[in-house]
Amino acid sequence: MSNATTRTGWRFRQPSVIPGFGLTLGFSLAYLTLIILIPLSGLAWRSAALGWADFWRIALDRRTLHALEISFGTALIAAAVNVVFGTIVAWVLVRYQFPGRRIVDAMVDLPFALPTAVAGIALTTLYAPNGWLGKPLMALGIKVAYSPLGIVMALIFIGLPFVVRTVQPIIEEIDKEVEEAAATLGASRFQTITRVLAPGLLPAVVTGFALAFARGVGEYGSVIFIAGNLPNVSEIAPLLIVIRLEEYNYAAATAIAAVMLALSFLMLFVINLLQSWSRKRYG
Amino acid sequence: MADPHIETYDPEHEVMSAAITESRPARAVFMAIAFVFLALFLVLPLVVVFNQAFAKGLETYLTSLNDGDTLSAIKLTLIVAAISVPLNLVFGLAASWAIAKFEFKGKAFLTTLIDLPFSVSPVISGLVYVLLFGAQSALGPFLKAHGIEILFAVPGIVLATVFVTFPFVARELIPLMQEQGTGDEEAALSLGASGWQTFWYVTLPNIKWGLLYGVLLCNARAMGEFGAVSVVSGHIRGQTNTMPLHVEILYNEYNAVGAFAVASLLAGLALVTLVLKTVLEMRYGAEIAATRGH
Repeated sequence: MSNATTRTGWRFRQPSVIPGFGLTLGFSLAYLTLIILIPLSGLAWRSAALGWADFWRIALDRRTLHALEISFGTALIAAAVNVVFGTIVAWVLVRYQFPGRRIVDAMVDLPFALPTAVAGIALTTLYAPNGWLGKPLMALGIKVAYSPLGIVMALIFIGLPFVVRTVQPIIEEIDKEVEEAAATLGASRFQTITRVLAPGLLPAVVTGFALAFARGVGEYGSVIFIAGNLPNVSEIAPLLIVIRLEEYNYAAATAIAAVMLALSFLMLFVINLLQSWSRKRYG
Repeated sequence: MADPHIETYDPEHEVMSAAITESRPARAVFMAIAFVFLALFLVLPLVVVFNQAFAKGLETYLTSLNDGDTLSAIKLTLIVAAISVPLNLVFGLAASWAIAKFEFKGKAFLTTLIDLPFSVSPVISGLVYVLLFGAQSALGPFLKAHGIEILFAVPGIVLATVFVTFPFVARELIPLMQEQGTGDEEAALSLGASGWQTFWYVTLPNIKWGLLYGVLLCNARAMGEFGAVSVVSGHIRGQTNTMPLHVEILYNEYNAVGAFAVASLLAGLALVTLVLKTVLEMRYGAEIAATRGH
């Protein structure tokens, strides 16, 4: 193998004096294969073993379709809300001076650090019909906990840092001279933001949206407490996988998981495309 | 107007110049929106955790923590983190050495594969091990015949946790080591250091803060993981219940104080993680690379 590679012009790796390539790459690949690739391909193999007809019968089952629709729909709404507020938060954190900015900045990472089950029970208590926010909202006729709206709330919490942390570094990089030039040329502040700054931020905003969306679709821990989990109404796809597993219905659990995985890999692919496109255009 | 050729950062100037910032009322509105949003979605849930935990006083709080099942859940969580974090630490070091110090074909693809667990739902991360080791799997009868317990036991919980926290350390280290290049290592090697010496005395000191940063995030997730662990654990009280799973059980039993008492420990862990993370970013910002957050 190594002979063949040196004879032809194609090289697997560039020569280097640094040792340990074989050891570290070998270990990394072995570990990656054992922990990630074999288990994941096991899932692919098991869903292929179901056969085409059975697979689609399960995947297009009414309850499954509803669960997928709820997972993707609520994640989409939550990511959209996060795009608006996350961008404002990022802007305020970068551009404005205020006391405690460092603490507020650190707090944004709370959803990364707080275990999802803790977030779940806290949000449920907050938005329950007798909770601090649930009670006044209930008086207005808005039911948050134990409804799809509750799922959206949990996913907003989970997804917020993805948008802020993607957009924030791009705002930091904005060259002030561009804004000054726009102002000198007679643009109002509103025009500068919408016509000059927004196009530059767009790729980061879209990436943040996609990351928050992808995370929201698969989220389980924070959602199951607040959702109410009514089949066809507020039952998310990951929960349906768990339910099918508890019924020892491995075929159904596998099929739902395969559909979810395929959709999230598709999203990952789109995210990568977006990132390479934005690097080419704005990098 | 300042001389345009002198590039100095002057915050006073920034506040004064109306051309490159919003008007005062607009700024106030933006700040109000941001603060209200953050207060509603981040601060309030955190306050609720501690408020509920101490709702019936400190004594009830302490009694509910000093419970056999709770203590064994805490112990299991510590054991699982103590196994899975070092595993992913070693992997992170190996992978970042191979990826950052060498040029080889398929590197970008390998980096994408390392990030894969981030785009898999936690429930699916647990499910794949159920399909691999469960009674219905090809391996199932063999494991049963030899009395090897993986699912509904500690090994399964560790595997699911390792899967979920797999990218954390590698992700921090790869960009950091790429940025540092290979110059230091080449100098050490040319001066006669062995490969291991180069790693211990040259590379490791260069990446130690980035490594700590990655370990910190990895540990927070390992201790807090819920979905993946929930699928493989079997929820056996006092045996295969980690802290987040125990929170769920107590909560579903309408034991709010108990659930929030355990939750307050996890929230405390999250707050400590955030403080350490911020300190690391402030003091060693340059040494933990430009990869803030995720």
